[in-house]
Amino acid sequence: MTRFEKTPDPGAPAVEVRGLVKHYGETKALDGVDLDVREGTVLGVLGPNGAGKTTLVRCLSTLILPDAGHATVAGYDVVRQPRQLRRTIGLTGQYASVDEKLSGWENLYMIGRLLDLPRKSARSRADEMLERFSLTDAAKRAVGQYSGGMRRRLDLAASMIGRPAILYLDEPTTGLDPRTRNEVWDEVQSMVAEGVTVLLTTQYMEEAEQLADELTVIDKGKVIAGGKVDELKAKVGGRTLRVVPAEPAQLQAMVRDLDEAGLDGVGGSQAVPDEGALYVPILSDQQLTAVIGLFAARGYAVADIGTHLPSLDEVFLAITGQKTADVRDATADDQIKEVAA
Amino acid sequence: MSTATLTPPPAAKQQLPTDEGRIGIRANLRHIGALVRRNALQIKKDPESMFDAVLMPIIFILLFVYVFGGAIAGKGNNQEYVNYVVPGMMAMMGMNIAMAVGSGVNEDFKKGVMDRFRTMPIARSSVLIAKIVVELGRMLVATAILLGMGFLLGLQIHTGVLELFAAIALATVFGASLMWIFILLGLSLPTPQAVQGVAMLVIMPLQFGSSIFAPTSSMPGWLESFTKVNPLSNLADASRALINGVGPIAHPTLVTLAWAIGITVVTAPLAVSKFRKRS
Repeated sequence: MTRFEKTPDPGAPAVEVRGLVKHYGETKALDGVDLDVREGTVLGVLGPNGAGKTTLVRCLSTLILPDAGHATVAGYDVVRQPRQLRRTIGLTGQYASVDEKLSGWENLYMIGRLLDLPRKSARSRADEMLERFSLTDAAKRAVGQYSGGMRRRLDLAASMIGRPAILYLDEPTTGLDPRTRNEVWDEVQSMVAEGVTVLLTTQYMEEAEQLADELTVIDKGKVIAGGKVDELKAKVGGRTLRVVPAEPAQLQAMVRDLDEAGLDGVGGSQAVPDEGALYVPILSDQQLTAVIGLFAARGYAVADIGTHLPSLDEVFLAITGQKTADVRDATADDQIKEVAA
Repeated sequence: MSTATLTPPPAAKQQLPTDEGRIGIRANLRHIGALVRRNALQIKKDPESMFDAVLMPIIFILLFVYVFGGAIAGKGNNQEYVNYVVPGMMAMMGMNIAMAVGSGVNEDFKKGVMDRFRTMPIARSSVLIAKIVVELGRMLVATAILLGMGFLLGLQIHTGVLELFAAIALATVFGASLMWIFILLGLSLPTPQAVQGVAMLVIMPLQFGSSIFAPTSSMPGWLESFTKVNPLSNLADASRALINGVGPIAHPTLVTLAWAIGITVVTAPLAVSKFRKRS
């Protein structure tokens, strides 16, 4: 499932956050957040809209001052040493932070100059980054005419011009189609391979699993769970295998066979006759192989098969026993509509 | 939710940034240069954005010389009025171009690229200074067109080139100080429309309660007193004296410079600090 295996080096924390608080009036956007990002690793900060993810990134990139608590990035304090801190970071926000009227090349050259590269180096660095992010053909076009994916890639290129030690990615793939999302993931993975430390915020469990070594789940400005991706997955139940037999009548027989086979750790499979599908919680690749092997050995004809990760909502349900704020709101809206109707 | 956390602990905000890592002057100039280039490229790609600087002087000079000029200076005295109104309009150009900075800054701030600038190791004032440099360029273009039109309509420099440049320089210095006011407005108000509205409120009385378009002697006493302190009046009088060689130069020049310095000293630090804090 994961496209490459990472061997995180347990280094010193590149980002250290302790008791960070940020209020907007009565709203506590951050309500005492603690987290560490170890050097050379990717921390995924997972949470629904309004959880405080963007506020966290803005505090850590010196765009806003925290009200309380403290945070250091590369050893620099966000409040007292903002200037030094800014030399170590790159930021790619939810909205492309490049100039739309300028061309891709002009944007990168400008950023190179702002980072004190001599003219010649700024020029060659701009060329190099466009090449690397497959934007050479669009180099001279105004960014306003770029597609969503190209903009995001240019944004990443802009963040990487200064070779930052720490990169913040604030919902880097929100609003992108799946193919473009994969492109962005590939770019992020290649940057990580070069040793960049990444703090990634996302609403997607799948994205977190693809990119992150560790996860911090936040909701309403508070950390509600954290740990290695695998640990968290184990906690929330990992993947689910969905099998559709060619013959719907065989569903019950398949469940029975699975239960009787007593495969290691496999349990809780469920037949959903309405869909003609069978759902099996899967905790490891070995389990997946074993389950498929069993069905093959028993000679069941399979019409469709696939796995899916728990959605953010399922993760929340598993951790807190509550749905996410988004779903809560949507449910409240539905109720209002029902009342109105 | 505990009530205790509603009053945030005082810890973080009272710590001040250290001086380490300050940006040196040469680096600062380089950053301003790169940002000026950005603004200039924007104009190059969107030439319509120069319309105000190009058309305003043409329209205003035609309007005032041919529509009001006769009434103010008497029929047939157009040429005399050109020499009266052009130096005054040099002062007006600065104010009108400066006004555009406010809505420009406000709009710029809504764009993601501001976040990038503010997370980069550059002095935060450099973004604003670059904007001012480019707008001063636009102002000089407007002034050149105004003078060109003036010469076509019969403007005569009764003194010399040096005095003409002194008049342009004085208008530029005052225009730059005005830009800080409008930048401050642009950073304080929520939308470009609000900025424009408030800016008009500032501009209108200063512009028309002045000696720009007509001599102040025919105005009621209270208004005449207002024009005496109005920096635009003083700037117009100084330019007029420099170009026409009539009337005192030192007094209006000093009043204008005092205003320019006063405005800059008060509003520039406010604008930069607003820029720093705005999230």
